[in-house]
Amino acid sequence: MILAFVEHESGLPDELSLEALSLARELATAEGVDLGAAVFGDEGAALADELGPYGVEEIHHVTHDELGGYAPEAWGESLAQLADEIESGTVVVPGSDRGHEVAAHAGATLDAPMATNCVAVEVDDAGVYELERHRWGGSLLEHARLEGDRKLVSAAEHEFPVQSADEEAVPTATEFTPSLEADHLRVRVDRVESGDEEGIPLGEARVVVGGGRGVGGPEDYDQLEELADLLGGTVGASRAAINEGWRPHDDQVGQTGAKISPDIYLACGISGAVQHMVGCKGAETILAINTDPEAAIIQKADWAVVGDLHEVVPELNDAIREQT
Amino acid sequence: MNVLACVKRVPNTGAKIVLTDDNQRIDASNLGFTMSPHEECAIEEAIQQVEAHGGSAHVLTLGPEEATEQLRTGLAMQADEATLLETDGSEWEPRATADAIANAVRGLADDGTEFDLLLLGNESADAANYQVGVRVARELGLPCVMGIKSLDVEDDTAIARREISGGEEVYEVDLPAVITVKEGINEPRYASMRAKMQARKKAIERLEPSGAAGPGTLEKIRLEAPETDDSAADVLGDGPDSVPEIIEVLESEVEVL
Repeated sequence: MILAFVEHESGLPDELSLEALSLARELATAEGVDLGAAVFGDEGAALADELGPYGVEEIHHVTHDELGGYAPEAWGESLAQLADEIESGTVVVPGSDRGHEVAAHAGATLDAPMATNCVAVEVDDAGVYELERHRWGGSLLEHARLEGDRKLVSAAEHEFPVQSADEEAVPTATEFTPSLEADHLRVRVDRVESGDEEGIPLGEARVVVGGGRGVGGPEDYDQLEELADLLGGTVGASRAAINEGWRPHDDQVGQTGAKISPDIYLACGISGAVQHMVGCKGAETILAINTDPEAAIIQKADWAVVGDLHEVVPELNDAIREQT
Repeated sequence: MNVLACVKRVPNTGAKIVLTDDNQRIDASNLGFTMSPHEECAIEEAIQQVEAHGGSAHVLTLGPEEATEQLRTGLAMQADEATLLETDGSEWEPRATADAIANAVRGLADDGTEFDLLLLGNESADAANYQVGVRVARELGLPCVMGIKSLDVEDDTAIARREISGGEEVYEVDLPAVITVKEGINEPRYASMRAKMQARKKAIERLEPSGAAGPGTLEKIRLEAPETDDSAADVLGDGPDSVPEIIEVLESEVEVL
């Protein structure tokens, strides 16, 4: 069996988990085995109706008195014990922070190799995975072989479209209670503190207005903020601008910051370094405003304006205001 | 409090990436090397924790002789000691890397240096394996929290905060512990020229790494630079005169107006 770790919010699977299910289903089909899903949390049992369309044949609801909240080691340990119990050779996880963390613990328990950020996996006759995975945030591809009786793979974000199965399954649901020791539970969410919820989170915005070194200083982001407001979007920044201290780190778009997927990314005064582009490559459209017609971003954008953002953006804001 | 920061030497890729002829690695001859951004923050965090609580900050890497460059960067940032687990420069599988680090930590403990806190980057810039920290922790029997953007140590407890959508998860774990950090937890300091000169004179301990992976393998075959669409943007115009064209794109093409 291929076992997929499915994250959910109140019984609704999240998008990255559904993407991972696409990969897991491909592997199950290739290997001629069933597709199972491991779900945690009180609402996990409610997932049966949600996962059938994706070809999940067995839902394993992991329950334990001590598993009320997120506890990385306990979750990874439980996933590993479940994989043992159902004799699953491969565990597939979403390419999320939690997916990677749980898989790392499961991999440690199983003493199994783990390939992260996979974008394609082929299974050969011997059951060896010939795979491609992202390196450098996706600016390079690695071709690799993953072999072993036990394997873990994570599906790179937004690389496997969410697709329902050709044949909908009616999953069986079973409870699995792991055997946990005190050490497994020493790391757990103690509390959740809500943050500043002003504005639209970068990862969810339809419009992102990005500012780089060309913005010149923190006060000049006011123009970009205004443009973002007018378009119902939010502001992001390149690492150069973060390093200058012009914007908070949370605004960073790039390899070590947010990966965004808006309808349009307006890149203002951004040169287009590799590390930045891997953060915004999920954008449907990129429009660059840059004084340098040779800037790398001009090569990578769909549209460009050659000019000074300090002249273009205020005029643009005025024009949008007049129109709306 | 003794804090260990583990770092990785990686090519410095700000520009177009060129591969070596055998497609095994990035041709860094024109790029130079650096350490992953998260790991630079791990060093800074180690030093800040030592400045706050006393003790010693130690930086460690697994890599070739040339990786002493990254260790000296750590020493110039005011780490107290540095250890190189010297390899021939070949790439190590994450499990073998974690095993080698865990073995080195045990060895340093045998020699009298016990760490209260082990800090690693959440994932390396190049391979992004997301597992070395957890595997080190599990091998050493220590708790591990990943992806931390804020860390406070109070007595024998680490209070670690991780960003989630709409807020933060807060973890409280007993020390000793392993924590993997993300860029943004702090602002790494720039080392002064004087500090860099002093760092060149500091001794770096060299150890032969002993690390092995368990059953099964993850083996790199080759790297590939994916095809990119460098067909250049459609230039809408120059300066503010192009505003009507931008509006047209926003209205008709993207439909956000």
